[in-house]
Amino acid sequence: MVALSVNGTIHEVNVDPDTDLLWVLRDHIGLTGTKYGCGIKRCGACTVHVDGAAVRSCSVPLSGVAGKQITTIEGLAQNGALHKVQKAWLEHEVPQCGYCQCGMIMAVAALLNEKPKPTDADIDLYITNICRCGTYQQVREAIHAAANA
Amino acid sequence: MNYMRKMSRRNFVVTAAAAGGGLALGLDIPLGGLPVTRAQEGSPEINAWVVVKRDDTVVIRVARSEMGQGTLTGLCQLVAEELECDWSKVTWEYPTPGQSVARKRVWGDFATGGSRGIRDSHDYVRKGGAVAREMLKQAAANQWKVPVSELTVANGVIRHQTSNRSTTYGKVAEAAAKLPAPDPNSIKLKDPKDWKIAGKPVARLDILNMITGKQVYGADLKLPGMLTAAIKDCPVFGGTIKSFDAAKVTGMPGVKHVLQVGETGVAVVADTWSQANTALDALPIVWDEGENAKVSSESIAAWLKDGLDAEQAFVGNQNGDAKAAIAAAAKKVVAVYAYPYQNQAPMEPMNATARYTADKCEVWVPTQNGEASFAAVLAASGLPAEKCEVYKINLGGGFGRRGAFQDYVHQAVNIAKQIPGTPVKLLWSREEDMTHGRYHPVMQCKLVGAFDKDNALSGLHMRLSGQSILASVRPQILEQQKGRDPLTFQGVFESGEHAFGYTIPNLLIDHAMRNPHVPPGFWRGVNINQNCIFLECFMDELAQVVDQDPLEFRRKLMIKHPRNLAVLNAVAERIGWDKPAPQGIYRGLAQMMAYNSYVAAAAEISVTGGNKIKIHRIVGAIDCTYAVNPAQIDRQVAGSFVYGLSALFYQECTVEDGRIVQTNFDNYNSMRIAEMPKVESIVMPSGGTGAWGGVGESTICVAAPAVLNAYFRATGQRIRSFPLKNHNIQMA
Repeated sequence: MVALSVNGTIHEVNVDPDTDLLWVLRDHIGLTGTKYGCGIKRCGACTVHVDGAAVRSCSVPLSGVAGKQITTIEGLAQNGALHKVQKAWLEHEVPQCGYCQCGMIMAVAALLNEKPKPTDADIDLYITNICRCGTYQQVREAIHAAANA
Repeated sequence: MNYMRKMSRRNFVVTAAAAGGGLALGLDIPLGGLPVTRAQEGSPEINAWVVVKRDDTVVIRVARSEMGQGTLTGLCQLVAEELECDWSKVTWEYPTPGQSVARKRVWGDFATGGSRGIRDSHDYVRKGGAVAREMLKQAAANQWKVPVSELTVANGVIRHQTSNRSTTYGKVAEAAAKLPAPDPNSIKLKDPKDWKIAGKPVARLDILNMITGKQVYGADLKLPGMLTAAIKDCPVFGGTIKSFDAAKVTGMPGVKHVLQVGETGVAVVADTWSQANTALDALPIVWDEGENAKVSSESIAAWLKDGLDAEQAFVGNQNGDAKAAIAAAAKKVVAVYAYPYQNQAPMEPMNATARYTADKCEVWVPTQNGEASFAAVLAASGLPAEKCEVYKINLGGGFGRRGAFQDYVHQAVNIAKQIPGTPVKLLWSREEDMTHGRYHPVMQCKLVGAFDKDNALSGLHMRLSGQSILASVRPQILEQQKGRDPLTFQGVFESGEHAFGYTIPNLLIDHAMRNPHVPPGFWRGVNINQNCIFLECFMDELAQVVDQDPLEFRRKLMIKHPRNLAVLNAVAERIGWDKPAPQGIYRGLAQMMAYNSYVAAAAEISVTGGNKIKIHRIVGAIDCTYAVNPAQIDRQVAGSFVYGLSALFYQECTVEDGRIVQTNFDNYNSMRIAEMPKVESIVMPSGGTGAWGGVGESTICVAAPAVLNAYFRATGQRIRSFPLKNHNIQMA
């Protein structure tokens, strides 16, 4: 049994500690907002926060996150209110198919924690998630909107 | 050596399967009036398109799929426009293919590809909304005993001015549902200039769940008692399984079954997908790779090169005598281009969930075509239509991979049949997805242009050599076309929705068909992508030979193509073509007719070190006849440019030993936000009574040639084979 803190709740999971966090979240805790896209840390669809930092959960074993605070897209809204990044996403209608957007939002929320007013260059450096629909223009607009909210 | 792949024998016509079966929707026969069909929660169906609840909520039925292009919202806008309902009370649902078959395809075509979702169904969905409106009005007129002609309706409220009475759709829905439907053709649809909901940039109906993690995609589905499967199909297309050693993995954590899937695949079924995939990776499998294992990218390229000068070719467009004009040319220009295989690589890998018993086969699948999935379930299960059902789940991207091709549905049903009663979710790994695609076809092109002594373009021969999609997917079309695949000529065809946009006195566009064993498929834009690069880059090459401005050179050939010209002029004006570009900035442009829309782009780039391209800005214009939701069209222009430019710079699937080499986003890259140019869209619908144009794909094709033409102006280098990474050209 491994104790895992996800979105403020402790989950006791009976899983091989080598299992990557993505699959623990999806298959054992039942949080499917965190997506599988590539499994090799390239696409970012699986991005979650570990102690506040953006982490690609497909390539982090469970043993590496025991005792740490994990936040997933399902835990981003607080007290029923959308996070400012989610609000900006809604306002700017960022998603197209939407599959990559939970990971994108988690990456952006972590960026804004670190750099509350990111420049375009900061965005280029930090946000490397893949969106095949090609929503990047709306993503950039929404990041600036969230930063100024 | 190359080998023809086996023709698909699964060209199953779904309508042929329409037989019997009870309505999945409830049906009651009340006293007085016609039977009422009910939605599952009991609200009355006014007609197939519209359900009205007591609280005035309007549920609009959408048969096409939503995979990011805004099709769902656009179709709801069109129904709501005619229905005259309150847009804030609109919600939607997908009818199932099984219901559609049982009701004689009342919702028409489910296929969502070829940018057809809206343009091919706008007429009947608007009529559906109009018929429902008339029935609701009639119900109020009957209640008040006044002529229906005295009623007005707006926002779901029906009024009788003279008696100062009003009611709402929710209050008369029960009565309306019992009325006979008027003939849809007896109702005049609104003039688009009077639209209040359609034509407006209203917000999409389906965004909220996407940003909270609540949206359930196919890969996210959970059913009680469900197991999960990972699969490996023979890495060489056409190969089969020789043997596998199940005993090596049956004891691994969570593993429940190791199953052969057809002649070509092996699946591991386990409690969770990571367990299944881990065991699958450890499973020893011996393949019989067959003769196709001898094929490589080099052997395919050599075969296609041979086609560039082959005698036999199918003609897609011809006037005058191009060969004679070339023979008599004062100046001749020759160029050879090549375009690779590419994978659609939607963010969500292929998947399907199936539950099979002898009495019922149900499949949950993210699909671009619910009816194609349904046909696959019938074929794979062996059960009749009334014992099959498909539930459409949200798609994490489609781009042509999830429509005509339902290989993953066949696999999921095959697995479920071996474990009757247990639902099984089959999810492909990214590696399986990359190496078992239905690839953008490989194509080469030789272009020969002829100028007369006055430097006027006297002839053009465009010879395509490469793979036909329809030869494997719709062979009956080739039979009708005497062997020709008309889709190969997208954007350069003799007529129709992909017609050539120039007038050239002597023209020949033909195709030497070469079908390697790699399975080809539809792809966002598909053949317009390479055809626009071939043609529009060559147009610039021709202009350069006679020392003319590329825009002026085109304009002279476009006098008889006013809609092509209008979009080209629009992007030229917006980019400032007639003014010098800023220091270090170079421009290029391109135009085409695609999916019945007219599209053009103008790009501004800078180049550092000769090989680092920064795209600063691209203007894209589209005339799609009518613009149902301009905000979504704007997003499709920008999104399609990302897809097209990712293909141009990065994407190529190469073949070694008969299999695809690229396995994931590390060796099959896609653009990131840092590379995103500023995209300005010009949505310029020209209206009229002609066919509407498509949106989801059309603009994809013009971005790449606009950038390539700008690159030539910046460097003097003309690139003719792709992707650009093979020339060490990077995106800055």
